[in-house]
Amino acid sequence: MSQINRISGGQIDRAQEVKFTFNGKWMRGHPGDTLASALLANGQRLVGRSFKYHRPRGIFTAGSEEPNALVELRKGAHQEPNTRATVTELFDGLHANSQNHRGSLEHDLMAVTDFLSPFLSAGFYYKTFMWPRAFWEKLYEPIIRKSAGLGRLSMQEDPDIYDKGYLHCDLLVIGAGPAGLMAALAAGRSGARVILADEDFTLGGRLNSETLEVGGMPGARWAKEALVELAAMGNVRLMARTTVYGAYDHGVYGALERCTDHLATSGGKPRQILWRVTSKRAVLAAGATERPIAFGNNDRPGVMLAGSVRSYANRYGVTPGQQVAVFTNNDDGWRTAADLVAKGVHVPAIIDVRDAPAVCDVPGARHIRNAGVVDTVGRKGLKSVTLTDGQMIPVDCLAVSGGWNPNVHLTCHQRGRPTWRDDISAFVPGRDLPPGMAVAGAANGAMTLAAALAEGRAVANAQIEALGFKPGKADLPRAEDEPRDCVPYWHVRESTKRGWLDLQNDVTVKDVKQSHREGFRSVEHLKRYTTLGMATDQGKTANIPALAIMAECTGKTIPETGTTIFRPPYTPVPIGALGGRSRGRDFRPYRLTPSHVWAKNNGATFVEVGNWLRAQWFARPGEKGWRDSVDREVLATRKSVGICDVTTLGKIDVQGRDAAAFLNKVYANGFAKLAVGRVRYGLMLREDGIAYDDGTTARMSENHFVMTTTTANAVLVFRRLEFARQCLWPDMDVHLISTTDGWAQFAVAGPNARNLLRKVVDAAHDISNEAFPFMACGEVTVCNGTPARLFRISFSGELAYEVAVPARYGNAMMDVLMQAGQEFDATPYGTEALGVMRIEKGHAAGNELNGQTTAHNLGMGRMVSQTKECIGNVLSQRPEMLREDAVKLVGFRPVDRDRGLIAGSHFITKGDAASMDNDQGWMSSVAYSPSLGHSVGLGFIKNGDTRMGEIVRAVSPVHGTEMEVEIVSAHFIDPAGERPRA
Amino acid sequence: MIINHPLLGPRDAAEFVYLGDAALIERPDWQARDAAEAFYEYGYLRDNPAGKHAELWYHEQGDRSWLVVTRDTTTHEITSVEMARDVARAKGRSK
Repeated sequence: MSQINRISGGQIDRAQEVKFTFNGKWMRGHPGDTLASALLANGQRLVGRSFKYHRPRGIFTAGSEEPNALVELRKGAHQEPNTRATVTELFDGLHANSQNHRGSLEHDLMAVTDFLSPFLSAGFYYKTFMWPRAFWEKLYEPIIRKSAGLGRLSMQEDPDIYDKGYLHCDLLVIGAGPAGLMAALAAGRSGARVILADEDFTLGGRLNSETLEVGGMPGARWAKEALVELAAMGNVRLMARTTVYGAYDHGVYGALERCTDHLATSGGKPRQILWRVTSKRAVLAAGATERPIAFGNNDRPGVMLAGSVRSYANRYGVTPGQQVAVFTNNDDGWRTAADLVAKGVHVPAIIDVRDAPAVCDVPGARHIRNAGVVDTVGRKGLKSVTLTDGQMIPVDCLAVSGGWNPNVHLTCHQRGRPTWRDDISAFVPGRDLPPGMAVAGAANGAMTLAAALAEGRAVANAQIEALGFKPGKADLPRAEDEPRDCVPYWHVRESTKRGWLDLQNDVTVKDVKQSHREGFRSVEHLKRYTTLGMATDQGKTANIPALAIMAECTGKTIPETGTTIFRPPYTPVPIGALGGRSRGRDFRPYRLTPSHVWAKNNGATFVEVGNWLRAQWFARPGEKGWRDSVDREVLATRKSVGICDVTTLGKIDVQGRDAAAFLNKVYANGFAKLAVGRVRYGLMLREDGIAYDDGTTARMSENHFVMTTTTANAVLVFRRLEFARQCLWPDMDVHLISTTDGWAQFAVAGPNARNLLRKVVDAAHDISNEAFPFMACGEVTVCNGTPARLFRISFSGELAYEVAVPARYGNAMMDVLMQAGQEFDATPYGTEALGVMRIEKGHAAGNELNGQTTAHNLGMGRMVSQTKECIGNVLSQRPEMLREDAVKLVGFRPVDRDRGLIAGSHFITKGDAASMDNDQGWMSSVAYSPSLGHSVGLGFIKNGDTRMGEIVRAVSPVHGTEMEVEIVSAHFIDPAGERPRA
Repeated sequence: MIINHPLLGPRDAAEFVYLGDAALIERPDWQARDAAEAFYEYGYLRDNPAGKHAELWYHEQGDRSWLVVTRDTTTHEITSVEMARDVARAKGRSK
């Protein structure tokens, strides 16, 4: 296909050719073209099918407001649906396919829905698919899913990368048309830091689409010169292809920069960048969007907005047709006719709804005044239009202008409401703008070129002056105030055929009238009942005409009828860009333990614990499953010695003259009298008396404590302690530092733990049982002088120590411990063995401290001091929390030792029905105990501490299981606690 | 949102963690005769005004200061930012 509609001029590089395909057919264009301009140049008028009725559709606009020309762009995993052809830059090798049709674009099998349209009017979903209810899932939804939804996803992972960034400026100028350029010039020359962002790939806005002069030269050339000057300023950042899509609080704006969308491949660079722009002030110079007039069959390919037709002719050197009529209610439509004729395109008629003289002389065009278009002919492309007086005019393009709407969207993002201006029949920004924002140019209702330039400069000067800059000396270039008279005229009443308002969602004038008849009269109801203004274009061309028709129906004015609320984003933002780099493995940061490399080299399987990756078990050759490894690790530890990286537990350094007094307030049990060189178990409560976290705290010296927290709560406990320190007891002399990452810490557990450590801890430090008893702590050195901390604490129930070294020595320390432990068959163990051993020992962990249990439930009620001020002790004494029949933490074992206990089972007294009324409690943790040779469990059961030896039923309706279990002590091994003291 | 930290200047709200009503500073006296009732109110009852609200924010990705931020919940306008410690002292929480 040749470029039959290419005409002279335009900002395209005719010296170069670009090849692309549409529905598999090769076509040619030039650099500087959009996909839409190239399709029009090639005479491709039919580009898609409409959403609901599958009507043939063509290109309607030349910008981001496009409702029709949505295509699937690119191939394979790169395929992107619903891409607007009007803003897609052409590149060599571009592939585009039309969407929303079954069979070919020309012969869409779904086009039959158009004949069913009498049954598919507004609200048909709500009426048709109501009953019978059973039909919904099996029949209605599959049908709707199949026929609805525009483009198709590739169903593959997005192969591109996206990034996020932060920008700061004194003045953000949104839009680089005449007002925005003038604003940026004024602010830039004054020295303010300026960001000028525009969604287009060529800055200049409408100046690129018009023939108007600025400063005695073509507007487009003036824009180029202004951009050269701005680009040379170190304090100005020009951002083309960047849509400012949202105005957020305190001068923060969201912007999407399309970095590589105009290239065949992203080449490993971020495809798009989501910018968070923090500005002191902003100038919104977003321009205006033309609106259509509704008349019969006004949705045919070839019916376009007049300003867009002018864009194609002036900017791209393309005419959308060979015979182009203009239908207008304003002076601006006439410029389209004049510009086309100047380029040699035949304009047979200018149909003006006004009974007014010609705006300008347009050779060859008939001026038909006081008339309108009632119907069109040409299913897959316009052939003729029929006027109110019955005459038919053969045309292949109709340029329609219903006036221009200022782009007020961003002024409304913080609940601002626009106000109506009768003189331009349009909404303009209201008074309650987002703080720091000012509006200039067409976006503010300054609809002529001279006015836009003047307002851009004035508004920018006012903005920067408020920031303390001296207003710039930017001269105002000479420009004319072109005629802009416009009368309110929304639809051709004489028309009896369906007249479209929202092309994207197939909403017609009739639908709005029906919505009114059925009582959905508020604009928000209208939108939801008819789907007006939804989807990718958000009704940029449709909303105001529909509103005007609703106003007509209700007999109210348009401002009384109101507008829907504009919300971000202004144009669609891909989820990929919002996600940025936070995808897959990088969805959130993860942390590695100091001995991670050692663990990886020694067969560890890792598990996520909080943000950490921890070794779960260390498989050895010949082991058939995780249980083999875990059982071996437990038995080896209990028999001789095992080593586990426990760095992930939170560590908080607490120092200061009031450190002891402070700990006494945040722990439920007493800490004031803890001796130097000793460790104590501590229980923290929430203020409501529920158990919160536990750990050990060591007193290293008079005013220095080292606290440990659970892995999961490390951050939250630290936050709470800071709250207590700053807000509750602001004058305590106590200081906190998180040292979780600072120290690598290893548990060395088992009967040979001391023998192993004697080989590692320097001889100067006596770690005999007498000198360093159970719950001792101290600063030592290891490996000939490396500083370390030693704690004699035990989670496993064995003779055990935890040794901490600066984190950078962590991996080496693991090596040293394993080498020193060779003669004892030292075994590394992971989190599973750790869990098994703590259950065997009866130590509570996360499953027991689950945010529902109290110290009373945990059997630690007497630890909660009532003789001191501490968090949680007052509300922990509420009668309901101290009930005598409260659940208590005890141990369980299966009567049939071969059966495995199931966590989450509920306890039922023998003989009672398994119902909620008879619920006695629940099993919180279970494990197979290799030490005992059967399953063991911890759980909460009413009066558990007084029911030792009783057999109850453990029922799990979720698993459909039930078994008899015996209530036993939670301490399955070494109940007297002799081993850790050995 | 931007929070104007008294020590560090304007900082992005993403650096902060939100807690809630600044009344949480006013922890009751544990030895008062009505301590149980006072702690019940302290723990469970919060004002939730549409308008100006003094609330606690924690600069977790920063200097770890707790701040009292007075924010209009309908507009996000922030009218004052104070160090929570200073507020606590002003409310007589010095020991």
